[in-house]
Amino acid sequence: MNFTQSFRLAVKSLLASKMRALLTMLGIIIGVAAVIIITSLGNGMQNYMNRQFDQLGANLIQVQIWGLGGMSSRSVDPDDMYALVDKYPQYLAGVSPYVMAQGLVRRGADDFDRTSVYGVSEFFYDAQRNQVLSGSHLGRGRFLSYIDVERRQNVCVIGSYLAQAAFGGDALGQSLTISGTPFTVIGVMAEYADSTEGSSDDVIFIPYGSAMQLNGSGWVDLYLFNSADQDNANLAKGIIETRLYQIFQTEDAYYVMSSAEMMDAMDAMLNTLMMILILIAAISLLVGGIGIMNIMLVSVTERTREIGIRKSLGAKRRDIRSQFIIEAGTTSAIGGAIGIVLGIVMANVLTNVIAFVLGTGNDGFVAVPTPGGIAVSFGVSVGVGILFGYLPANKAARLNPIDALRYD
Amino acid sequence: MEHLIEFKNVYKIYQMGDERVHALDGVSLTVDRGEFVAIVGSSGSGKSTAMNIIGCLDVPTSGTYRLGGVDVSTMDDDQQAEIRNKMLGFIFQQYNLIPKLNVQENVELPLLYAGVGAEERRRRAIQALERVGLANKRRNLPSQLSGGQQQRVSIARALAGDPSVILADEPTGALDSHTGREVLAFLQKLNAEGDTVVLITHDNSIAVKAKRIVRLQDGKIIYDGDARDPRAVVQPEEDLGDIQGFAGAGEAGEEAQA
Repeated sequence: MNFTQSFRLAVKSLLASKMRALLTMLGIIIGVAAVIIITSLGNGMQNYMNRQFDQLGANLIQVQIWGLGGMSSRSVDPDDMYALVDKYPQYLAGVSPYVMAQGLVRRGADDFDRTSVYGVSEFFYDAQRNQVLSGSHLGRGRFLSYIDVERRQNVCVIGSYLAQAAFGGDALGQSLTISGTPFTVIGVMAEYADSTEGSSDDVIFIPYGSAMQLNGSGWVDLYLFNSADQDNANLAKGIIETRLYQIFQTEDAYYVMSSAEMMDAMDAMLNTLMMILILIAAISLLVGGIGIMNIMLVSVTERTREIGIRKSLGAKRRDIRSQFIIEAGTTSAIGGAIGIVLGIVMANVLTNVIAFVLGTGNDGFVAVPTPGGIAVSFGVSVGVGILFGYLPANKAARLNPIDALRYD
Repeated sequence: MEHLIEFKNVYKIYQMGDERVHALDGVSLTVDRGEFVAIVGSSGSGKSTAMNIIGCLDVPTSGTYRLGGVDVSTMDDDQQAEIRNKMLGFIFQQYNLIPKLNVQENVELPLLYAGVGAEERRRRAIQALERVGLANKRRNLPSQLSGGQQQRVSIARALAGDPSVILADEPTGALDSHTGREVLAFLQKLNAEGDTVVLITHDNSIAVKAKRIVRLQDGKIIYDGDARDPRAVVQPEEDLGDIQGFAGAGEAGEEAQA
């Protein structure tokens, strides 16, 4: 059987009745577009998260401590954690407490009530990478030093938004107050997000001791460790857990998580979520296939006479069958192609919407259609057409030529 | 010499409820190469059944049918399709062109199913269209042609595969008398050029254009012989009253009642 002629005929009959063709393909279009959108969003999400983790550093280990509560005297002192790093330098490169401080930030007469204040140690900043553990880079000046932290000096490093908004860009050596306590600016971070109020450019880093003083508590509930290298992240995590268990004698008082582990867990979760969504979208493909089968059955009935003519001229069963299967496959392939285009367009639109909503700008979330996702959904749509085209095609192939010729 | 078409004691029996209908009741018939045979009969005479079997669209209930020396009476669907493709050219009352294909594509169809390459198909289709004088219309759709032209396209299609037998089923039935005569003249011309033509009709005035008439009634052959013989067009007794105006051999102008 001649493929090109069947293909051309299929395209012709699709063009001849565009509305019907569109309705026939609608299920496939929606199904394929949904799969493309879901895989694009999932892929974009994964890329986004991976980038975030990369910026934080793949060596990062977060230690959350909520203690035993009540009257228990067991608690973790920052010195315990420093001791751990001193003891196992081959596994642990450094540690910094991470204390969120409460307090009103003020510069002159201006209040900055959305600014986040974090208490950290000198290890929060990695001089080699010129980067802090939360991802941003140091722009000007210097970061907190051992002396600053040890002596709880009232110095601070501020984000780019604050440098601009409070000091007009010239912040070094100037001072601001947090809950009335004056802090001198010794460093300014480079722009990280989009330099808006409340973003990750609207921050202040101060020695953690000072932060604890501002909070009025001697409690550090979050430590950020840096493992010596990525491969040993699990060993490093084990060391920290062992030490914490020694202190608390229970696993319920703390939680240790490495970046790599967190990334894996997030990826796994995202993959599961994506699979479920794709399965749901696949139902639409199935319905689309049934739609094609329905129209093909109608088409076979409408073209009974044509089938009779073709058979009288010597078309064998497989000739007729392949003609209708090619037609069904062409219909679903065109539907698939439209669905792919629609999906890519929608993914683009969603990228812009999400970027707008999150305010992350170009550097943030981008929904990227994967070549694999496109190939698979196109393949599946063609496959669905062929699968559901088979039954009508077989019906056509089995028609008796005499009856078919007489059919009006 | 081997006969081109050979019916040997062919029966075709349909089960209609409790009744068994003998559409063909022991028909034996031979047609040789180069003949122009008209199979005539009123409706119910079995001529359509005969044409279906000759055309390899149906198989006899019993008896044998040999086409070109090959027994085709026991073939399956696909084998019959191949025989139709290689040996038979159909001309139908309703032309039976595929409306979505242009003239040339319609004519190419039998060649397409024969597996002929595109270039060769085109060449032979144009050749066949030239024979019917429609090569200049090959890009047109069937609906853009007159009835007579469409029938000529279907003749070209029948010729394209270079068949052994041209099987024309009421080829003039849908045409006005002038165009009908043209088509018949064309069939005569084809026969004169050596093609074997089998014409199925209920119409005596058309049947007499053939060289030989085979008259069927109730599934049996009641006349088989020269078309110029007056007996060839004589109606069975029960119909005699309707053909009082019968004029004579060779120019049976009156329409026989179907």
